[in-house]
Amino acid sequence: MPIAYFLPRWAQKFLVRIFQYLILSTVVVVMFVPIVILIFGSLKTTGEMYSHPYAFPNPPHWENLVAILTQPAFWRLMWNSVILMLATTAGVVFVCGLAAFVFARLEFRSKGWVFNLFTVGLMFPINVAILPVYFVLRQMNEMGIPLIDSLVGVCLVQIAFNISGNILILRGFFTAIPAELQDASYIDGCNNFDFFWRILLPLARPALAAVAALTMIVSWNDLLVPLVVLNSDELWTLPLGTMQFQGQYGQDLAMVSAFVALSSIPTLIFYLFAERQIISGLTAGAVKG
Amino acid sequence: MQQLPAIPDILKLKRVSGAPRRFQDSLLIVLFLLPALILFLLFVIYPIFRSIYFSMFDWNGLGPAVDFVGLQNFKDILTDKVFLKAISNVLLIIVFSVGIQLPLALALAVMVGRGLPGRGLFRTIFFMPYVLSEINVAIMWMLLYNPDPDRGLLNAIVTALGGESIGWMSNTDIVLVSIFIALTWKYFGFHMLLYLAGLQNIPLELEEAARIDGANSFQNFFYITLPLLGSTIRTSVYLSVLGSIQQFIMVWIMTKGGPVNASETLATYMYRFGFVRFQLGYGSAVAIYMFILCLIFSLIYQRLTRRPDYLTGL
Repeated sequence: MPIAYFLPRWAQKFLVRIFQYLILSTVVVVMFVPIVILIFGSLKTTGEMYSHPYAFPNPPHWENLVAILTQPAFWRLMWNSVILMLATTAGVVFVCGLAAFVFARLEFRSKGWVFNLFTVGLMFPINVAILPVYFVLRQMNEMGIPLIDSLVGVCLVQIAFNISGNILILRGFFTAIPAELQDASYIDGCNNFDFFWRILLPLARPALAAVAALTMIVSWNDLLVPLVVLNSDELWTLPLGTMQFQGQYGQDLAMVSAFVALSSIPTLIFYLFAERQIISGLTAGAVKG
Repeated sequence: MQQLPAIPDILKLKRVSGAPRRFQDSLLIVLFLLPALILFLLFVIYPIFRSIYFSMFDWNGLGPAVDFVGLQNFKDILTDKVFLKAISNVLLIIVFSVGIQLPLALALAVMVGRGLPGRGLFRTIFFMPYVLSEINVAIMWMLLYNPDPDRGLLNAIVTALGGESIGWMSNTDIVLVSIFIALTWKYFGFHMLLYLAGLQNIPLELEEAARIDGANSFQNFFYITLPLLGSTIRTSVYLSVLGSIQQFIMVWIMTKGGPVNASETLATYMYRFGFVRFQLGYGSAVAIYMFILCLIFSLIYQRLTRRPDYLTGL
């Protein structure tokens, strides 16, 4: 730090720290501005939103929030999203857990080939594949498997497009479990399934939690798949409902703020509780993969 | 003294002993892989081939596709100015992301570093937007971007500073930058997270040794930290580029690709043709182009990252 060579070491360090905190706090403020503006907006009446839109809501008006919360439609959106999220998460953990175990722990011919097939999925995100996927759903519809306009269809697509990444994450975690445990379990008379069920899964609980937390976020936030697959409004999920609501009340900024705030709060609360799992899943997937 | 068989021999013994056991093992492998394989083949791989088929038709989705046009769709796309605009926009977003967003994330990660008091809190706050849904983030930023300085915070600040209010989402020169700012707000925390995890893996001793040898902070960063962070940086570049190619929801909600296609991306272009105009054959051809783009990029990435171990960092 050439700027402060004449200062004693502790003062140099102190200056650098001040500088660091200054920049970081600025970024913190920037991070919070959109969220704070949103929350302010959600606590205002429509009139207030026009007269002083970004001022502190004083006194706070809860009318818009209450109006939304008392609509059965809002709770139906919530309910659909929750159901979809739980189903997708259960599906992803189940499907990827099994496959990742095989890739991490067992040997068979053409294993590398099959594994590479799954990694192909990493290259084709759902946003790119949505139209082709829609064709296939339609085709299955014509064959008598009703996947269009059904939460089952959304769920299956969400699972399918989360397979690649999560197999990779879980395989990383499963490989890290010491091979001695596997040997010991075989010596004690376990077969592969016993080892998987009694030894590996209990040890891998944090990994499964990470994958589950990650999938919950992805499924909960997903707008594109429900948008394309679902038609009838009684099946809509929360993001889809938000989009519709914004289209309908776009001019009423206070109302839109209230709706968006209400639909963000569950995510933020979940994040505060599951931050560790989300982060460990993401970093494991990206840093090891 | 009796000679024990070498370890590989023991393994071989286990293999041959008992055919039923072997059958059981194969059965388990098949059963465990089956659910993933079925879903994956049906909803990820098969659609690619299905859309290759449809891309050769002029088809509006009603009735079967009968109007075979060969590669006409692919030709038409390449001569469509809007498509070229979408490509150039995606390239711009990639350049912005890799040139601005990632360095910003890296700088903040280094600043938060390993031992800064409050490190966890900063990480929690910077990463927070990542978990919010894209549509909610898009709407939040639309509130801020409101052109009327009496309603939108950003223009209120601009006019208070003596400037003229900016058409954040209506000015064709600015709209892409506005979207990029919102994208950065949402996604830089994710890349910072990766860098923080990467930094954690660099042994402290290396930086200490360099410092003892007289390296200052900058030398330390450019000659120790950055090279050792190589594999993490490559991963984050890869994810960032792939994310930019497929950017959809934020753009669609904020501008629908407008005004006058100024913020069109490949994904909005495909969505418009596939799900708004129902030119499904044409839309499929766009999807194929996007597949090819992702594929080429991934192959280049894999070629570049297949390096000797001592270069891939720790």
